[in-house]
Parts: sequence; structure tokens; C-alpha cells
Amino acid sequence: MEAAASGGCGSGPPLLLSEGEQQCYSELFARCAGAAGGGPGSGPPEAARAAPGAATAASGPVADLFRASQLPAETLHQITELCGAKRVGYFGPTQFYVALKLIAAAQSGLPVRIESIKCELPLPRFMMSKTDAEIRFGNMAELHGTKVQIPYLITEKNTFKRMDDEDKQQETQSPTMSPLASPPSSPPHYQRIPLSHGYSKLRSSTEQMHPAPYEARQPLVQPEGPSLGGPGAKPLRHQASLIRSFSVERELQDNNSSYPDEPWRITEEQREYYVNQFRSLQPDPSSFISGSVAKNFFTKSKLSIPELSYIWELSDADCDGALSLPEFCAAFHLIVARKNGYPLPEGLPPTLQPEYLQAAFPKPKWECALFDSYSESMPANQQPRDLNRMEKLSVKDMADFPVPTQDVTGDDKQALKSATDEALPKDMSEDSATPKDSNSLKARPRSRSYSSTSIEETMKRGEDPPTPPPRPQKTHSRASSLDLNKVFQPSVPASKSGLLPPPPALPPRPCPSQSEQASEAELHPQLNRAPSQAAESSPTKKDIPYSQPPSKPIRRKFRPENQATENQEPATAVGGPASVATVKPHPTVQKQSSKQKKAIQTAIRKNKEANAVLARLNSELQQQLKEVHQERIALENQLEQLRPVTVL
Amino acid sequence: MEWFLVTSAAVILFLQNYPLYIRSVPTENELKFHYMVHTSLDVVDEKISAMGKALVDQRELYLGLLYPTEDYKVYGYVTNSKVKFVMVVDSSNTALRDNEIRSMFRKLHNSYTDVMCNPFYNPGDRIQSRAFDGMVTSMMIQVC
Repeated sequence: MEAAASGGCGSGPPLLLSEGEQQCYSELFARCAGAAGGGPGSGPPEAARAAPGAATAASGPVADLFRASQLPAETLHQITELCGAKRVGYFGPTQFYVALKLIAAAQSGLPVRIESIKCELPLPRFMMSKTDAEIRFGNMAELHGTKVQIPYLITEKNTFKRMDDEDKQQETQSPTMSPLASPPSSPPHYQRIPLSHGYSKLRSSTEQMHPAPYEARQPLVQPEGPSLGGPGAKPLRHQASLIRSFSVERELQDNNSSYPDEPWRITEEQREYYVNQFRSLQPDPSSFISGSVAKNFFTKSKLSIPELSYIWELSDADCDGALSLPEFCAAFHLIVARKNGYPLPEGLPPTLQPEYLQAAFPKPKWECALFDSYSESMPANQQPRDLNRMEKLSVKDMADFPVPTQDVTGDDKQALKSATDEALPKDMSEDSATPKDSNSLKARPRSRSYSSTSIEETMKRGEDPPTPPPRPQKTHSRASSLDLNKVFQPSVPASKSGLLPPPPALPPRPCPSQSEQASEAELHPQLNRAPSQAAESSPTKKDIPYSQPPSKPIRRKFRPENQATENQEPATAVGGPASVATVKPHPTVQKQSSKQKKAIQTAIRKNKEANAVLARLNSELQQQLKEVHQERIALENQLEQLRPVTVL
Repeated sequence: MEWFLVTSAAVILFLQNYPLYIRSVPTENELKFHYMVHTSLDVVDEKISAMGKALVDQRELYLGLLYPTEDYKVYGYVTNSKVKFVMVVDSSNTALRDNEIRSMFRKLHNSYTDVMCNPFYNPGDRIQSRAFDGMVTSMMIQVC
């Protein structure tokens, strides 16, 4: 009669639901149907009259749901009327769906009419609903929902949503069981239960796929399904012990969020886990995991392919078919969240954005630092290009550096590693990571990076030796017969060499160099302050004499692409004595100012020289111009003389 | 040869002459659009074969107006991998110029490549990417 059992078209108007809507509505319906205690609602007689087996939503919870949509009462009345529930006396699936769609229409501002539901609508939103399911569904489009709901969730579900629970040990099992046993808990979680079942099976098979938060949440999920049966109980007990072991660490990262989207924050240990997994797939953390590798790996999580596809879509921000470390962490995190029952967000949450992940986790591990620098240098970000390049080079050096020196001394390597950790994040993110270790260690990695840029500077400075070839495109090809090329050639190299030294990097270089050399303790703030290359040049000069001999050849070896590699020796040689001379411990401030003055004077002198050279060149060119004019006049005269002859 | 049809009205992507992605706005008369698009596939094939060797120029990717009917204009675009995009637009939508159609196809193509980059996407599957959906929706809203 009602064809409610068919679940499709019924007495109501034809309804076209998108997939998301269908899922949402069916869950809401199931929730309402089960809310009254696992059976048909307040209309059992009607339900019995309906086709047997057809579920109906109890009017009580349905009314609550509708009220939670925050629509005015008369709108709700209209909706109930329109959807046909009044007519048939109960909410069958059809009516319920129509009603939900009308609610969505009303919330979007459309009139409550049957026609309104024909077009695509956002999901209806329900505020202050009694279960987190509705909140979650209502918030599917806005997972970063307001803080209002999250605290509510927390109080109700006892930090179910929090990745890092407070007092987990005591509350994990008992409180979560009690509030959940009575209120309608099954339908919201039935969706999750299959996942957790799959999860528990997965646990036994691939142990390594489960980072800590898995275990953290499992007992929360499992106890919520006691009404659904035994399968939850067994893994529950198993995981209780794991929970205790992990809860201690997790309590550390609590309550630090200003983000309402708690589930999307990656905690430290999760981060470590993801990084380890990344490394197991791809030893070099600064490069990518290819698509196929990632696919195989993520398929192990037993999520459905469309979901995995969607997760990939969310996390692969640059759509290059490969996952960098932050992308991988984001993807992994989303998988974890999904397995624990969270619906996937519509967009990548801000806490999972690659830039955020890099900034928020200046990891003390060299891999992470490496990756940070690499991926930070990849997008075109605010930092000056030179700084990026320099950092990348330095990072690569540091990556390579510990490797070959593995044999040397473990301590040395560790020190270097920690030094690079400190140095890089500081340079990278420009927020003060904790400056621990010795300054010399900090300076050393930076020296390597700076040496690269200082070499470039010395190259620019020493541009005189390589005389550029004569410029053929001087537009005097026509006058080549006039031997103008020969006239020009001598001036060309001069012009070139004269042009090159002044502009490039003179002014910035001396100033920070003075200040840098003052003390290593001031390296950091000045580093951050001073622009790219210049800042680093001075520590190079200072540290090269300090750096150990083995570091030099290694540095050279691992920067083959750096064009200045071959100049490193002369540069260091030049820089060495110069720096040594200036490195004598002095009162910092006075030294700085005097050095600055000297630097300024040198700069002025150099500029004057350049000016002189240019002026000379200018005069020469003017001279040549005059000569050319004269020759041209001569030629024209000749032409005129010749012309009357031809006319005749 | 999957095909895409986009119309101001509908978008369909084709591969191997069966649809990868169909989207039309408004949703009625979809059958008519399907019919038109299927017939236009012949025209597309004609143009492709007429082009001869593998011309990989962007201009050749855009096939232009395949044929106008009294109500609708059908535009075609083919990618290097022989994925066809077909767009059916309302003739009353005279504001749509060729350049705009071209840019729409380009956007489609870019989104399609993004979808392909997803390792979980097998070529030949229906396209279920939400990003792609969103892009198509925004395009069609802009057009309608």
C-alpha cells in the first residue's frame, strides 16, 4: 500500500537524492527509527498496518530532529504536511526523506514546496541534536564546525572526538559504556561498527598499520556498540591495555587547540608514526611516494576505493600523483580518522594543510627538517629565493653529511644532527625553535649553507678575470667593414667587468657580515633579519677556519651542482684569512659599527670605481658615435656625387 | 573512448564511446541531451580522423562547434589520449563565445588530469571525484 518497503517512490512526490543525501538521510532515518528503543515508533499499529518489515521513524525523535533544524514551528508543520506524514499518520522512509529534503530547502531559503526539493540542495543542518551523528552529518559540509558542538560532543561522548583524551584510563571503558547504553547509540554507530570490525580484523593481520590513535579510539568505538553485539567486546579488552599504554603520552598534547576541528590535528606521536611509515616506503623523506606505492599501502587499510580516492584527492594538494611527507601525513591521518568513524571532510582541514604541517612540526629529526626545507623551497613562498635555495642546499648537505660520517663518530653525527635540527627549523620557519646545543654546532651547518652563497658573491666580485666574448649583436655589423668591431672589442670586456661588480650584493653583504662575526649568539636574530646571501657569508668566513678538515672535502663533494664549488677553495682561502683577521674577540657593538663604517666606505669606493669605469666607457662610446656620424656623412657625400653620374 | 558531455545543460565525458561522466543542468530532458551527444560522437570521430597524424596542438584538441541544431550547439574537444569532451549549450545562450568555450574545455581538461593523477582512479571508471564535480558545477552555474 504504502510501498514504503520499497524505500523509493511512495505516496510522496518523486524524489531525487544524491548519494550523500541518501546516506545521510538513511542514517538519520535509522537513528530515528531506532531511537524509540529499537522498534517502530509511536505508531506501532500503523506500522503493523504498513508492509511488514518497513521501518518507520518514531514521531518523537523525528520531532526532535525537526526542531533541531532550527526552523520555525509552522515551517515544520508545513513540511510534515507536505511530506505526507500527516496523511499516512507516520514517517515512513519516503516521508522522512521528503521531510529532510524540505528542511534542507527551507534552510537554504527556498519556499517549502514540493518543487523546491527537485533541485540539488545542501544537506539539512541540525543544531543541538542529541546525538553526535546528527551533528556530524549536519556538519559534513562544515566539519570545522563551531565550538558549541564540540564541547557538547565532548561532554556527551566523553572525549570521543578528541584524539588525545584526558583521564582516559579510568573513563575509557566505564563512562563511555554507561551513557551510551541507554541513549540511542546504535544507529549513529552502525556505520562505524563495520569499520571497526574491519579494523579489528585488520589489527590481527597487519599490526603495523595501526598508529596509537587507532587504539585510543577503539575502546570508545567498541563500547558504543555493545548493543550491537559481542564482536566489540573482544577487541575492547584487548585494546584497553594498549589504551593505557598510550594514554599517558597523549595527555600531553591536550587542550592546546584553538581549532575547533580537533579530529584533524596530528599529534606528535602520530606524526612520528606517519614519518616512520613514510620512511619505510621511501627512505628519503624529502622526496615523494609515488602513486602506485601509496595506493598499495593505503589499500591495506581496507577502506573502500572511492573513499581512498577521495582521501587522496584531499591530501594530494598539488595533484602531482605523488605524496610528499606532509601530504602523506595528511592522507594517513584522514585514513585513521575514517577508520575510526569520522566522516571525511569536504575540504582539507586547515590543520592538515601541507604548509601548516610543516610549520607546526619543526621536527627535531633530521629527516623532517630535510623534508621541511625541501617542501618549503618547493612552493613559491615568501622567503627569498636565495634563502630557500641555500637552505635546500644546506639541508641536502646535512642529509649527506651525517651519512658519510657515520663511521667517524656517532657522537659527532648526533651533535651535527641535533645542530641541523636546530639550525634548519630556525632558518626555515623563522619562529624560534628551541635553541639548544652549542652555537658552534649551529653555526657549522649554516656555514656550509652560507659558503655556497658566499662563493657566489666572490664569483660576482671576481668577475674581472673571465672576459666575456665580444658581443656580436652590437648592431654594427653593417659597419664591420669599418673595423668598428675592433674598436668596440676592447671596451666590451671593460664594460662588462665594470658593470658587474657594483650592483649585485655589495651593500647587504658587508653590514651583516660585521654583525654576524660579532658573536655566534647573535647569529640567529641577525640571520632572520638580514637578507639571504649576505647574512650567511660572514659565518662562512668565520667558521671555515673552525670547521674540521674532513668537513671541507665532504662539503665540496656533495654540492657538485653548485657552480661555485670549484671556487670554494679560493673563496675559503680568501675568506679564511680575512675572517680570521676580523674574528678576534672584541666588544661586539663597537666592532660592529666600525666594521659597518668600513664596509660602507668600501662600498662607496667600489661604487665610485664603477662610476668611473662607466663614465669612461660612455665617453668612448660617444667618441665612436661621432666618428660613425662623420663616416656616414662622408658616405652620403660620395653617394650624391655618384648619383648624377648614373642619371646621365 | 570515454566521453564528456557538458551542456549548459549537460556535460559528458567519453572514453571509448561510453560515458565517463555525465552532468546536466537542469535535469530534465537529459535523454534528449544524451541522444544529441551520442550522435555528435560521430562528428567527433570524423574530425579526429580528418586531422590525420597525431597533431598534438592545443588548437586541434579543441574541435569547435560540431554542429548546430535549432536549439542547441554542440562543442567538442578531444585530449591526447582520445578522451572526448562534448558540451551541449543552449542556443539562446548567445553570450557564450568561442573563447569561453575553449577556456571551459581547458578547465575540464585540467580537472580531468587531476583526476587521473589519483592512483586510486582506474582509467575507464566513472569519475567520482568531488573536486571534479565541484568544478563542473561552478562552470555550469556560470554558464546557465
